[in-house]
Amino acid sequence: MEMLPLTLQVLVFPGLLFAAAAGLVTSWVDRMVTARVQMRVGPPFLQPFYDVVKLMIKETCVPAGGARALFLAAPLAGLAGAALASTIIWRAFLARGSGFSGDVIVLLYLLTLPALAVILGSFASRNPLASLGGSREMKLLLAYELPFVLAVLAVVARTGALRLEEILAAPAAATRPSGIIALVVAVLCMQAKLTLVPFDAPEAETELSGGAYIEYSGPPLAVFKLTRAMMLFTMPVFLVAVFGGGIRLGDGVLPAVAGVLKVVGLVVATILIRNTAPRVRIDQAVRFFWGPATLAALVATGLVFVGL
Amino acid sequence: MSFAVRALTRSLNVFHLGGSACNNCDIEILDALTPRYDVERFGLTLVGSVRHADLILLSGVFNTKAAIRARRIYEQAPKPVVVVAIGACACTGDIFRKSYNWDGPVDRYIPVDAYVAGCPPKPEAMLEAVVTLVKKLRGA
Ligand code: SF4
Repeated sequence: MEMLPLTLQVLVFPGLLFAAAAGLVTSWVDRMVTARVQMRVGPPFLQPFYDVVKLMIKETCVPAGGARALFLAAPLAGLAGAALASTIIWRAFLARGSGFSGDVIVLLYLLTLPALAVILGSFASRNPLASLGGSREMKLLLAYELPFVLAVLAVVARTGALRLEEILAAPAAATRPSGIIALVVAVLCMQAKLTLVPFDAPEAETELSGGAYIEYSGPPLAVFKLTRAMMLFTMPVFLVAVFGGGIRLGDGVLPAVAGVLKVVGLVVATILIRNTAPRVRIDQAVRFFWGPATLAALVATGLVFVGL
Repeated sequence: MSFAVRALTRSLNVFHLGGSACNNCDIEILDALTPRYDVERFGLTLVGSVRHADLILLSGVFNTKAAIRARRIYEQAPKPVVVVAIGACACTGDIFRKSYNWDGPVDRYIPVDAYVAGCPPKPEAMLEAVVTLVKKLRGA
């Protein structure tokens, strides 16, 4: 997989374009499974695509008194973060020797960029409901990052590697007790990272009417929607890479299919959680992530040191 | 039909603005959005912010104060946007037309694209209005 120049890798495959297409398909799966849970037929396959294209032709409203440049630039920062994260993860699957030492840390930072973009965008829009959404997003970010990093640390501690490729080369973490606990914590953190129910307080349709996104319209909203879709695909892929041995593309059809199935499994689990759980308040979410979730992640890291 | 029109008519985000309706129209609107009718099949979804709206549903008798706000909310919607007046109240004032604070039918201050008569109209009638609008937009 050394044929594409780096810019094209970031913009087309496995970066922006690939992650966007895969993300839109994933968000169709999300809406379809949701529809089936509610005994509906659900939207057509191209629905998420139509939604984004439609927003592209709509007018862009910038709220009076808002920070115009930041308001318009914030979505792009999130998009860049999601695209770069996807590039780094898939490069590790595709080509040996493409990563660098510490790329796991870089990934952890890149995967928080979409959330930071939402916070910046909401504060730039000068809307009380948006700032409320933004402040909730910030609290949520502070809450889930701690257990999430600790869960990843459990894997890093066992393999002794900060390079995604070396983690992929080691036996999958989720085959040991420590890895399973860490994976469960990470799945719950993923739910919050994607701001899906039960951790969707920043958007809260019913009381904040869209929350952080309330003032966004037209192309900037399309970029936010696209970023969300990309994260819905990239986050499960990241978890499969760190905990599940990744998607092995070099050694035949069966391991590759198994890897994709792991991603699909995580996505469906996420969707089912979001369809069957009620929304928790932001203080309950923070208490949950700093309490039981952090404790579980610490236990997982501790188990690694006793060899489990 | 251009691709832009196709995408727009395939993905209408619905924003519901109730102007002191008696609540029956609002309930019927919510009925139209339940899994029974499954409007997501046609790309219709309910949104909470008018900035995300492509289709604004107006219901109820807008009084002199609410009418100003309704007009402002219409102006806040990113264009292109279509407006549907739901129920006899929004269309004509219905039984409240003699009321001292009624500000006239909504099409006096907001351009309305479709009227759905009835007190309250059935969800089927609202869906028919949307289908008619979509056909008109597509030029069929
Ligand atoms: S049209 Fe009838 S049902 Fe609808 S708000 Fe008016 S009085 Fe109520």
